[in-house]
Amino acid sequence: MKISKAVLFACSLLAINVTAVEARDLTVVSWGGNYQDAQRKIYFEPFAKESGKPLLDESWDGGYGVLQAKVKAGVPNWDAVQVEAEELALGCADGIYEKIDWNKLGGKDKFLPDAVGDCGVGAIVWSTGISYDGDKLKQAPASWADFWDTEKFPGKRGLRKGAKYALEFALMADGVAPKEVYTVLATPEGVDRAFKKLDALKPNIVWWEAGAQPLQLLSSGEVVMTTAYNGRISGLNRTEGKHFGFVFPGSIYAIDSWVILKDSPNKDAAMDFIAFTSKPDNQAKLPEFIAYGLPNIEAGKLVPEKFQAELPTAPDNLKGAISLDIDFWTDNSEALTQRFNAWLAQ
Amino acid sequence: MSVLFRKQMVSLALVAPLLLFLIVFFAFPLFTMMKSAVSDPVATQALPASTNALSDWDRSSSPTSEMSAAFVEDLRQINDDQLFGDLVRRLNSAKAGFRTLITKTRTAVKATAGPIDLTAVDKRWADNSYWQVIAIATSSTITDRNLLAAVDLERNSSGAIDTIPAGASANRTILIRTFTMALAVTAACILIGFPFAMIAASVEGWRRQLLLGAVLLPLWTSLLVRTAAWFILLQDTGLINSTLMFLGLTTEPVSLIFNRVGVVIAMTHVLLPFMVLPIFSVLVGIPKTLMPAAASLGAHPVRAFLAVLLPLALRGVISGSLLVFMSALGYYITPALIGGAKDQMISSVIAYYATGAANWGMAGALGLVLLVATLLLYVVYLRLSAERELKP
Amino acid sequence: MDNSFIRFDDVSKSFGALKVVEELNLDIGKGEFVSLLGPSGSGKTTILMMLAGFENPTSGAIWSDRKRIDKLPPHKRNMGVVFQNYALFPHMTVSENIAFPLKMRGTSRADTSERVKRALDMVQLGALAERRPSQLSGGQQQRVALARALIFEPEVVLMDEPLGALDKQLREQMQLDIRDLHKRLGLTVVFVTHDQTEALTMSDRIAVFNHGKIEQIGSPSEIYDHPSTRFVAEFIGETNLVAGSVHSIDGHEAVIRLENNEVIKVVAKDRLRSGSKVVFSIRPERIGLGAGPGNTLETRISDVVYYGDHLRLLLSGGGQSFVVKTDRNRLPPSVGDSLTVSFLPSDCWAVDA
Repeated sequence: MKISKAVLFACSLLAINVTAVEARDLTVVSWGGNYQDAQRKIYFEPFAKESGKPLLDESWDGGYGVLQAKVKAGVPNWDAVQVEAEELALGCADGIYEKIDWNKLGGKDKFLPDAVGDCGVGAIVWSTGISYDGDKLKQAPASWADFWDTEKFPGKRGLRKGAKYALEFALMADGVAPKEVYTVLATPEGVDRAFKKLDALKPNIVWWEAGAQPLQLLSSGEVVMTTAYNGRISGLNRTEGKHFGFVFPGSIYAIDSWVILKDSPNKDAAMDFIAFTSKPDNQAKLPEFIAYGLPNIEAGKLVPEKFQAELPTAPDNLKGAISLDIDFWTDNSEALTQRFNAWLAQ
Repeated sequence: MSVLFRKQMVSLALVAPLLLFLIVFFAFPLFTMMKSAVSDPVATQALPASTNALSDWDRSSSPTSEMSAAFVEDLRQINDDQLFGDLVRRLNSAKAGFRTLITKTRTAVKATAGPIDLTAVDKRWADNSYWQVIAIATSSTITDRNLLAAVDLERNSSGAIDTIPAGASANRTILIRTFTMALAVTAACILIGFPFAMIAASVEGWRRQLLLGAVLLPLWTSLLVRTAAWFILLQDTGLINSTLMFLGLTTEPVSLIFNRVGVVIAMTHVLLPFMVLPIFSVLVGIPKTLMPAAASLGAHPVRAFLAVLLPLALRGVISGSLLVFMSALGYYITPALIGGAKDQMISSVIAYYATGAANWGMAGALGLVLLVATLLLYVVYLRLSAERELKP
Repeated sequence: MDNSFIRFDDVSKSFGALKVVEELNLDIGKGEFVSLLGPSGSGKTTILMMLAGFENPTSGAIWSDRKRIDKLPPHKRNMGVVFQNYALFPHMTVSENIAFPLKMRGTSRADTSERVKRALDMVQLGALAERRPSQLSGGQQQRVALARALIFEPEVVLMDEPLGALDKQLREQMQLDIRDLHKRLGLTVVFVTHDQTEALTMSDRIAVFNHGKIEQIGSPSEIYDHPSTRFVAEFIGETNLVAGSVHSIDGHEAVIRLENNEVIKVVAKDRLRSGSKVVFSIRPERIGLGAGPGNTLETRISDVVYYGDHLRLLLSGGGQSFVVKTDRNRLPPSVGDSLTVSFLPSDCWAVDA
């Protein structure tokens, strides 16, 4: 669909603070919260010091339309942005990202194969799975079947509002093997089956949208278990002395990547910044703050032993976990979202 | 130059900034939004040869070799990645699966220079329905697809308007819900706001300042702080429920959050000032002698209120209601955070299409439907109030 | 007392520490037109509001037709009230406004429209029945307010400075209209005003208020000709206040020595005691130019003011200044001329200082 440039122009004028086109400091955008706090400490501030130029950091909540609007409006006011795999695939196909200069990064073979792309460099490997409060539950849930079992574990469940993840988890709860999930979901019967399974849990679901919400829900006791991002769980356990657990089997992992928006005025600086964050020494500092896996193979080996076990990339944790199928979701996101919204409204 | 003409020019110059502002920031975006809802030029632009080849296809027989040759030719010619991206999005939005199909096909087409058998690249090309989507997309540069989809309608393969099967889309349900919730919030605002405005108008000095300050306070706090506060109050282990249980009024926590009740409470809280202030300003403008006059003429206080104060304050109630209703229509963060799955309003759907799916056509169409429905309500209101004015 | 229709019995009203009305005792007869006259803040409006029921007395009792009413809510008192700013209901037409009291009393529709028509005719507004108050002039609004206060045939009508907002000509016309209605319908009217002319022309009796107390109550001519206090003499009309001391009393006449030792004769009254200080009032129009019977004084003209229908001379003589009203055709006086003036002893009225 052709998007009128005027709409985008008007939208960006209204919704986004358009800064002047002239020389502007390197602007890096990430997911906010304690994750971005950690990034600021180990990436943003050291890079600004090393390069001698100021670096601005902003946060966003995702949404491909946001990036597209910025690029189509002319010169974007963001340079390096951390995006989810789906946004990476869509934007790379649409040509709204600059191509990555892999020479600056020391070559593609230094990274996990999934973290290498024409338009993006993997930044973290993160998981979505079941989380629960170890202080409140005597017996820990172990599978999606447990998540759906309201007799064994009475109480409400938190789920991220959206078709993505919810449908996969529903199928796993219904007995589909993790490896088979996307094959089943690709058929209309598979989609019906997932929705039917969701129906069974619907009265007990509290839907969340922002990454910090499931932790609040869990802390307040509003839900007995919830889906959550693994990194935030171990972060909270360390800072607030909680004993939240995370179930890796049946979890879905995905890679977030750094991209550079097309026609960014700070293209080279942004590339240098991404190279800086991808250096093994720098990247290896991240798991101390937040338990996300590292795409740089060398960095993964530098992580201290005590943090290794919490990472989605730890061999034990990868067993029984599956990778998010980007192709499936780029094809079906709109249709399934529409159906999901209709299902919610019933 | 006559004095009159100069006066007109001066007044024109005075309103010019406002006019310009309205055009640039209101009329223009509104127009482009409406345009994006109905314009659909991308397929015609990206696939010129196919547009020709598909124009006389009957859409039921098997795809011809000319059609597939023209399509292959078009794919080969597209060098603009963004145009290609738009095309993919357009086709995939009409039929899921197009994205991988067309990307895969393009890679195959680019790999060779000669003709190519599409069904060998992907067997989906033998399926008529994919060709039908392309035929529809290239048939015209304007479309009613988005507008129809916004109210859960679609064109079937023969081109007739049909209802989208239940369960596939819920725009209509969500639109109706949006209006019902806005109405409920407006009613709650009247019920709380009218007596409040009366009290505020009847006292003076610091008491009045305090009352008005209390009602304005929510406007001065950020949305998220306010929402967090409601969360603390309304959750199962929250202040209200623990108080109710402490008082023994209930043994089980009353469900106040993640449902309609919570959303209406929170939205009423935020929008109350828009109801109280217009009513208040009308009430303080009513001469203080009218109520004593009514009493001296034999009216019991209740009747005096109904016959004198209420009709006079109605203007404030109506303008307050319009303000509250219109603002409530656009809410989506509060329902998203405090409401349950069945309390989402149309704005969240629009936001999904705009920022999530980058489907500006659908976003524009839903916005347009909301706008038209609101305007219709406004016209009804104008009619009603005009009739009231005419009646002696 | 038997004639009394409305009675204030030791009524006091205070707002916090401020005493607005102090121990008021007042009787108003049936069919009487009584004006409450006084400067603003003298308590006259508060008295009216207590009678209408919008204020409660702090102490004392109010009676109407031998029933105690001070605890009765306003809508049960059956008194017509005309407010200073008319208090017409802006959302109702003229006829709806006038019909309001009947509607509140559940009068039948036919009866109501008949009576509204009559009331409109009475105030000569028949043609404007379907207008809104905002489309009427001040005088027309006032007549609507009057019709509305009278239509339910109350025995008492209370008016709170009803003519204050009208211009002079209209005001005089309305004064006559109201007086006419009062006589025609036999109404009991309590009329609050700060305009002494209004009070003089309309009332059967005037109660002059100052600081929450009645200074004097009586018929207009009593109040004007025989003011009992200096305040009343000054507040009602114009007057010359002359100070002196009593030199001697001889039967009906007393001789007063002015401050410059000139002597004048006045009618003797009970309270005059030989040697005591005294102030009396001589109305400007009672002083004649040139020598005449009674007292004469030699004066000098210090100012002449032209009023159209008369001239006002400011004179000095007898150790003080006088104002004299005179026919402008009598003589062409000029400032600095000396002038002999004369006045009768009976026009000198001793007042409480």
